[in-house]
Amino acid sequence: MLVLFLFVFVLAIFTGFELISKVPATLHTPLMSGANAISGITIVGALISANADFGTAAKVLGFLAIVFAMINVVGGFMVTDRMLAMFASKKKKKA
Amino acid sequence: MSTLAGIVYLVATAFFIIGVKNLSKVRTARKGNQYAAIGMLIAIVVTLVEYAGLDWRIVIAGLLVGGGIGAWMAKRVEMTGMPELVALFNGVGGLASALVAGAEFWGKYLPNPFSKDFAPAAIPDGLSDQLGSSIWAVAVILSVLVGSVTFLGSLVAMGKLSGKISGNPVILPGRHVILGLIGVATLYAAYMTGFGGVAGGAAIGLIALAVLASVIGVLAVLPIGGADMPVVVSLLNSYSGIAASMAGFVIGNPLLITAGALVGAAGLILTMIMCKAMNRSLGNVLIGGFGGASAADDSRDYTNVKSSSPEEAAMVLEAAESVIFIPGYGMAVAQAQHVVKELGEELEKRGAEVRYAIHPVAGRMPGHMNVLLAESDVPYEQLWELERINGDFKNTDVTVIVGANDVVNPEAIDNPESPIAGMPILNAHESGTVLMIKRSLSPGYAGIRNPLFERENTLMCFGDGKEFLASILEELKDT
Repeated sequence: MLVLFLFVFVLAIFTGFELISKVPATLHTPLMSGANAISGITIVGALISANADFGTAAKVLGFLAIVFAMINVVGGFMVTDRMLAMFASKKKKKA
Repeated sequence: MSTLAGIVYLVATAFFIIGVKNLSKVRTARKGNQYAAIGMLIAIVVTLVEYAGLDWRIVIAGLLVGGGIGAWMAKRVEMTGMPELVALFNGVGGLASALVAGAEFWGKYLPNPFSKDFAPAAIPDGLSDQLGSSIWAVAVILSVLVGSVTFLGSLVAMGKLSGKISGNPVILPGRHVILGLIGVATLYAAYMTGFGGVAGGAAIGLIALAVLASVIGVLAVLPIGGADMPVVVSLLNSYSGIAASMAGFVIGNPLLITAGALVGAAGLILTMIMCKAMNRSLGNVLIGGFGGASAADDSRDYTNVKSSSPEEAAMVLEAAESVIFIPGYGMAVAQAQHVVKELGEELEKRGAEVRYAIHPVAGRMPGHMNVLLAESDVPYEQLWELERINGDFKNTDVTVIVGANDVVNPEAIDNPESPIAGMPILNAHESGTVLMIKRSLSPGYAGIRNPLFERENTLMCFGDGKEFLASILEELKDT
């Protein structure tokens, strides 16, 4: 299983390198912000770690993990959308 | 994990990949972000359905509190404060990954770490469904380490971006010795956490690991000058992806591993692109100290500086047939993007060709200026990137520099000794007249003096960017 996970890990890294070789400077901030929101995927880990069997200390950590991951996810996607909406609305006016 | 859940996770991964792909093109960027968000929603829902035995009070409270705070911050932020917010979101993401690993470790291995009758010899196998115990321990250690570095590093970067922490590089005496000692201590804490075989030791080791990694995060970012913060935030973005990926190993979840690795790699590429724009290597940025060495230079006073009034500036602009605006961070601070656009429109009405030259690292984040000008509805076609417009300055009548400094500093070309030597700059000095709108003669973010101020063809317009431009606009409209 470890080997399989490492496989997936390495392949995903290569995919990431290939995905954004050319990006116009305009999009650097939104791209950074959007990618950052995706790194909030740790929310899935946070939810799983909210295990009912865990002791109090672990539960507190799990709760905080969910809160912080959700800030990252919700805030990240919304802020990225706000930035990109400006590009979009201006285009429509122009067309 | 069931096969069905695994397949749905795969779908979520596909959404992320398509999302990032679309995010890198102007036309599809917004859709890309939405794809990624849909992927995230799928992932969350499947997780809630799939995993039995979750503590629902914690789950629901956490989702509501975290989602609420995130939404509130995202709605409230001004476009100028965007870089700090991205840094903050990035930091809490790293912290979350560290907490996930901590919660798993605490929950599975140390249900009651400090009680007398609980003292396991080593981490037993079977704590992780998929990995051996030692690999699992390594993954926990790496998650906590990288996550904590990301968190505190991002907070310092945020402080520097918002000016709450001095943008100057802070170099501690003997920092290499300090870092070396901390490094050794970190290794020891890591050993005690995963392999010490003492329950209390493991608990203390984990806490010590988080604290030491936080100190490393602070010490790593402090010596880096404010001008390099965008690169730092981008690199920390990459770290937060790696931290999420490591947390994926801890809980044995391939979705975290792939999505985290994806962000880790994409963040690194973006970091490289940004370094290249400044003509510096990543190593050179990270060693830090940039911008501090030339502080002595500032004592050399400027001679022959010509200062100008809004009336004079308006007259110069009135005669111009071609005008290029160069926005910088000062425009963001003064919230001058709207009046810049109005002035641009007024000049166009008078028949001048108006363009905006965007330096790749203008502002506090790449693309920062694009976002601000988009906010004030400047047409996309008028925004020109450095390579495309740099040859045109010599045929341009007037260049208006609004709150930019380092990105137009001719020292980068003329002085091979300068810290910014070799950085591509916008060749504003080649244009007929340069109107430099700035509060004072103070140096820019990089902390070096700018001989453009005293050039023959430069008029310094001292004042608040917004007010000064508004006065120019009034003058123009009166005539």
